[in-house]
Amino acid sequence: MASALRRLGSAAARRGLSTACEDTKKSLFQLPQAGGKSSNLCSAINQALHIALESDPRSYLFGEDVSFGGVFRCTTGLADRYGKSRVFNTPLCEQGIVGFGIGLAAMGNRAIAEIQFADYIFPAFDQIVNEASKFRYRSGNQFNCGGLTIRAPYGAVGHGGHYHSQSPEAFFCHVPGIKVVIPRSPRQAKGLLLSCIRDPNPVVFFEPKWLYRQAIEEVPEEDYMLPLSEAEVIREGSDITVVGWGAQLSIMEQACAGAEKEGISCELIDLKTLIPWDKETVEASVRKTGRLLISHEAPVTGGFGAEISASIVERCFLRLEAPVARICGLDTPFPLVFEPFYMPTKNKILDAIKATVNY
Amino acid sequence: MASWFRRSSGSVKTVARQLLSSRLGSGGALNQSFAIARSSPHPLPLSSRSSLVIWGMSRVAELGTIQRFESTEEEKHLEPPEEEDSDLDYHEEMDFPGGKVRFTSEMEFISGNSETRVPCFRVLDQYGRLLNNVDFEQVSEEAAVKIYANMVTLQMMDVILYEAQRQGRISFYLTSMGEEAINIASAAALSDDDVVLPQYREHGVLLWRGFTMQEFANQLMGNRFDYGKGRQMPIHYGSNKHNYVTISSPIATQLPQAVGIAYSLKMDKKNACAVTYIGDGGTSEGDFHAGLNFAAVTESPVLFICRNNGWAISTHISEQFRSDGVVVKGRAYGIPSIRVDGNDALAVYTAVKRAREIAIEKHTPILIEAMTYRVGHHSTSDDSTKYRPINEIEYWKTARNPVSKFRNWVESNGWWSDEAEAELRTRVRKQLLQAIQNAEKTEKPPLRELFADVYDVPPANLQDQEAELREAIKRHLEDYPSDVPV
Ligand SMILES: Cc1ncc(C[n+]2csc(CCOP(=O)(O)OP(=O)(O)O)c2C)c(N)n1
Ligand SMILES: [Mg+2]
Repeated sequence: MASALRRLGSAAARRGLSTACEDTKKSLFQLPQAGGKSSNLCSAINQALHIALESDPRSYLFGEDVSFGGVFRCTTGLADRYGKSRVFNTPLCEQGIVGFGIGLAAMGNRAIAEIQFADYIFPAFDQIVNEASKFRYRSGNQFNCGGLTIRAPYGAVGHGGHYHSQSPEAFFCHVPGIKVVIPRSPRQAKGLLLSCIRDPNPVVFFEPKWLYRQAIEEVPEEDYMLPLSEAEVIREGSDITVVGWGAQLSIMEQACAGAEKEGISCELIDLKTLIPWDKETVEASVRKTGRLLISHEAPVTGGFGAEISASIVERCFLRLEAPVARICGLDTPFPLVFEPFYMPTKNKILDAIKATVNY
Repeated sequence: MASWFRRSSGSVKTVARQLLSSRLGSGGALNQSFAIARSSPHPLPLSSRSSLVIWGMSRVAELGTIQRFESTEEEKHLEPPEEEDSDLDYHEEMDFPGGKVRFTSEMEFISGNSETRVPCFRVLDQYGRLLNNVDFEQVSEEAAVKIYANMVTLQMMDVILYEAQRQGRISFYLTSMGEEAINIASAAALSDDDVVLPQYREHGVLLWRGFTMQEFANQLMGNRFDYGKGRQMPIHYGSNKHNYVTISSPIATQLPQAVGIAYSLKMDKKNACAVTYIGDGGTSEGDFHAGLNFAAVTESPVLFICRNNGWAISTHISEQFRSDGVVVKGRAYGIPSIRVDGNDALAVYTAVKRAREIAIEKHTPILIEAMTYRVGHHSTSDDSTKYRPINEIEYWKTARNPVSKFRNWVESNGWWSDEAEAELRTRVRKQLLQAIQNAEKTEKPPLRELFADVYDVPPANLQDQEAELREAIKRHLEDYPSDVPV
């Protein structure tokens, strides 16, 4: 298997990205059955990066402090293994990291750029919003930077305050031309990250940093990819559809379990890819349940929940039996001491599930 | 195109001339603009005529009439020069907007770096002995003792608070170990009216300005006396009364802001400047470059103090930049710059004091690169032995220790003793432990502070969310920390 992958990888490198991705898709887009080694999310990311660098000699990994393993240790061992010219520290400059990544990708490479915290992605906002996203479109597809993947740890950790906690995904969901992907667990993280790296479009991949060490799962050791833009029903139910992504799903799962005890059957969906998102799966579920709740850590106003809510109301207006509920972060900066109050907790969700079902 | 340009610039010239003559009559404003032009750090070799036009034009622009500068020689370029018009320089210099550029027939690339590195100004040698014939700012016994005592206090704070974090009493901490001289001596050279915009490793400046142990501890615990109302992580101090702008974690954002503050101080004719600190890593951010360039162009009295401590977390300076450090970057922006030994309190004090005077008097930014070393880990989240040699840390901790070096000098003047040292350490330790205990016992800020200050007054969405949250709390009190009054 591994040698087959290497073959694929180098063939991919010769032929350029888009065809390569088609090829890899065919052979790898199968969800491996349960099994594999028990890994946390950090190590699952690390495995994906190993495979990406191993399977394609034209792949590069760079960002602040990635050489020694990164501040979260996700890139441990990669510089030693693949050399300083493929895995390296950059100067402390996010606009530089992304701009450089765009150029590298434009030359047919896979550029895996790390932003140390999602809170620090904003100096690179221009490069992402005005450059990466429009590189293909504005040139009439003469140029593209599809090999670019931007990884950034996001979300609450319990003590991060304003600048080590934010969930900025909605800003990027407003930008046609990039994809936004957020995994919920180690298995998902490995498969989705490999898909992002090999996808022929620039992708922003937010990693739930609270789960780096907390989430442990059996992760298949081989190379595998999970499809983008496909949501997954992770718990089947009939009374209400509950949609989320990333770290928030584990909180939502607890709420669903709580609801079950009270006789409410929840269908929980992991969106995984926020743009372009899988409306069909959500719609099909809401057609079945007649109710929808969305939950995310980012502030409620203008959050991606608003987009889901609007789309589902458009498609399922007559089927809905209650208003769409959103249990999200507050419209305040992310606070330190008040974090437990700010967060969309299990009980806030559970109460909203009950209120929606009893509407 | 050319004729259009000529016509419009002709009319511009008329407007400018009219403006100039009217202003020359009344004096004031124009003289001021000339004073600024003259005091610029590297006066451009403009002819008096072109500078008249340029300054006249900026007046026009201010009035919002027409915004276009012109080349003084523009007409000559469009038509072959007449005999009487051509001067000798014409063929040897390019009359470029902003000043003449000499022509050369030698094809040569300017080297990226000069052959020798910019030297580092110091006053004391490694052992704290005063160098011969060194020009430095004298410090009185009282001031010297105060500087030293603050350096020791800062060091002790860092040791004790770091330990408090390890014990789980505070969630995060970050020391300034090894950088005590930059912190304290730069602060000592400033006036309390100078507005400080820190990065995050400059709590010594706040200490110098009289922020108490209790005030530090309150911030670290995020209790109800924390001026930041418990909203930010530990070490994100800020104090309006100390002219110390609240710390923001995103690196380098404070630099352009410092320039705006400095510009305002200049416009208000204050005897004060803005002072902003940045690490070596921070100089790579776009905001560093924006800040320096804005400062030069707006002729703002701002000191950029770069603590070049060799590392940005695990990133060595050779991975950060390939210039001769930071000091040389000032020149690229037209900013006077100096490199000082950041572990020599007297050198830092002298450089900052002089820089401050020049900045305010001449309306110019100044860049100071203070060479030092981050002796501690980056923060309590870091283990720096993973990426740097222990003997390097040891060397800077011992042989280049800024506190013991300064102590040697203070002691050699007969201003300090072991008894004074023991008394100081006992007192600081007691104060600090007391402050931590008090801060720990103090409750957190009340819940309403979650919603206050997002705007001047909470808009409807926040009022609704507060009401909803209070309902949720009633239903699930057990979900919420008991030390936050609701
Ligand atoms: C915009 C931004 N990117 C990344 C970070 C994460 N970060 C915090 S401190 C730091 C290194 C800063 O190094 P330096 O400026 O040299 O200051 P020092 O810590 O050495 O005092 C980094 C990368 C940040 N705070 N802000
Ligand atoms: Mg540094």
